Amino acid sequence: MIQARGIVKRFGNFTALDGVSVDVPTGSLTALLGPSGSGKSTLLRVIAGLEHPDKGEVLLDGEDVTRRPPQSRGVGFVFQHYAAFKHMTVWDNVAFGLTIRRRPRGEIKERVSELLDLVQLTGLSKRYPAQLSGGQRQRMGLARALAVDPKVLLLDEPFGALDARVRKELRLWLRRLHDETHTTTVIVTHDQEEAMEVADRVVVMHAGHIEQTAPPRELYDHPANEFVMSFVGPVNRLGDAFIRPHDVELLLEPNGSTQEAMVQRLVHLGFEVRVELVRDDGETLSAQLTREQVESLELRDGQIVYVRPTRQTVFTD
Amino acid sequence: MIGKYALRFAALGYLAVLLVAPVGFVFWKTFEHGVGPAWDAVTTADALHALKVTLILTAIAVPANTIFGVLCALAIVRHRYPGAGIVNAVVDLPLALSPVVAGVALLLLYGRGGWLGGHGIVFALPGMALATIFVSLPFVVREVVPVLREIGTEQEQAAATLGASALQTFRRVTWPAIRWAVAYGVVLTTARALGEFGAVSVVSGRLAGQTESLTLYIQDRYVSFDTTGAYAAAVLLALLAVATLLLMTQLKPKEGTQ
Repeated sequence: MIQARGIVKRFGNFTALDGVSVDVPTGSLTALLGPSGSGKSTLLRVIAGLEHPDKGEVLLDGEDVTRRPPQSRGVGFVFQHYAAFKHMTVWDNVAFGLTIRRRPRGEIKERVSELLDLVQLTGLSKRYPAQLSGGQRQRMGLARALAVDPKVLLLDEPFGALDARVRKELRLWLRRLHDETHTTTVIVTHDQEEAMEVADRVVVMHAGHIEQTAPPRELYDHPANEFVMSFVGPVNRLGDAFIRPHDVELLLEPNGSTQEAMVQRLVHLGFEVRVELVRDDGETLSAQLTREQVESLELRDGQIVYVRPTRQTVFTD
Repeated sequence: MIGKYALRFAALGYLAVLLVAPVGFVFWKTFEHGVGPAWDAVTTADALHALKVTLILTAIAVPANTIFGVLCALAIVRHRYPGAGIVNAVVDLPLALSPVVAGVALLLLYGRGGWLGGHGIVFALPGMALATIFVSLPFVVREVVPVLREIGTEQEQAAATLGASALQTFRRVTWPAIRWAVAYGVVLTTARALGEFGAVSVVSGRLAGQTESLTLYIQDRYVSFDTTGAYAAAVLLALLAVATLLLMTQLKPKEGTQ
């Protein structure tokens, strides 16, 4: 269990964390989600001991570690840009933490080959980081962090520097890994899809505060406020109401509750089609339809349609 | 095509006229009458003593500036504190300042009537060592600072989260990354220490057979109309410098191993 209580961290005049408290239950995979500058990476680094908070405390399994250096916190940290030891082979990178701890040679050998197997780098153990792809380097970074059996695993935008396809692969792989090891894990990301897909709890951060903590589904269905609503998925705004694009219905004939709009553009995304619309008052909105729906409505650019929200959210302050 | 050859010709011509010709001429003059006279000239008691002094000064200045240089570079790059910019600028002072000024400054500080005067520092080996350290101080710092900046702090942070102490992190992560820069800095420091003339000249007192380094000895021979002695000693000094440079090319990491 990781507990952060009332963490304040300033860099000069900039307040990165403004009294943040968060609990990460043992065995969970929690995502810290937010735009850049929201303080999510700083919070992760405070938990790891790489930054010292100006106020507040960090507890790991009930123990106050606020004054402890990273060396004695028992955390595994994975960096966005891998932080691979460039002059060491893959094997030596993964073995680093165990070598530092002067574990017996036989044990190191066994543990490292087990981890290389886990991250599918067995054949590449003699390579140097420069000879690996980004995805391979990050898998090495994960193996290196896991080698010392950390109490918690902290990942700072681990897939941020990778291309989209590799990112998706590693995301699924990380989820499977977590299901096997159940190491308490915190992943920092600015990608809502990544957070929703990989985590069982999502902490949404904004401007040094926590906006909401919830499981992915609840976050999407019951966002606490406007910021969360618009950050976790695309959203249309009609007056005070927020409407998800898949909650916009298109009709060819008006009925009492519809509004007129013109089809501006059809964006085909495989199974889904995004319909971009402009209303007569000049406001734009987008609707998400299936291909079949678009075909049965025979939608074209410039066509006049009638829109109706099937579900909308209004926040009262 | 013509442009390419013109550039090559200009570069090589420049080197030939300004570097190779004068040095080559000294070699030629030295061995004009065979190896014998030159050998005799550099094996006199004073010449050997001067060589010894130069080697001692280098052996003091190089380790001192290497250790200081690495620590100073770490202080400049890895720690944020008020005045770091000033430290960074002051390190370059010996490059900007004429060595004679450095010599006079040392004389004022440690000489008779100086703040720290009267401890047998000037007109003796300690003063000459101080002067040599002064002029050869910036090289290791200047080589190491950009490399430290480039490697960044993430590898060191990763080592810390994996349990490595500050010393272990330096030995296993930082040092392997900066060692070629340090080696190059050491070579430059050595070359500078071997060749130092101005600052050492002021603080040495120039007593033949006592406080004369090889550079001072060369000038002393030359003004005494012993050109054979001057040329021979000059060649000896040049050979030391060339040996240092050759050592450097041997030290340089082979392409692709990094």
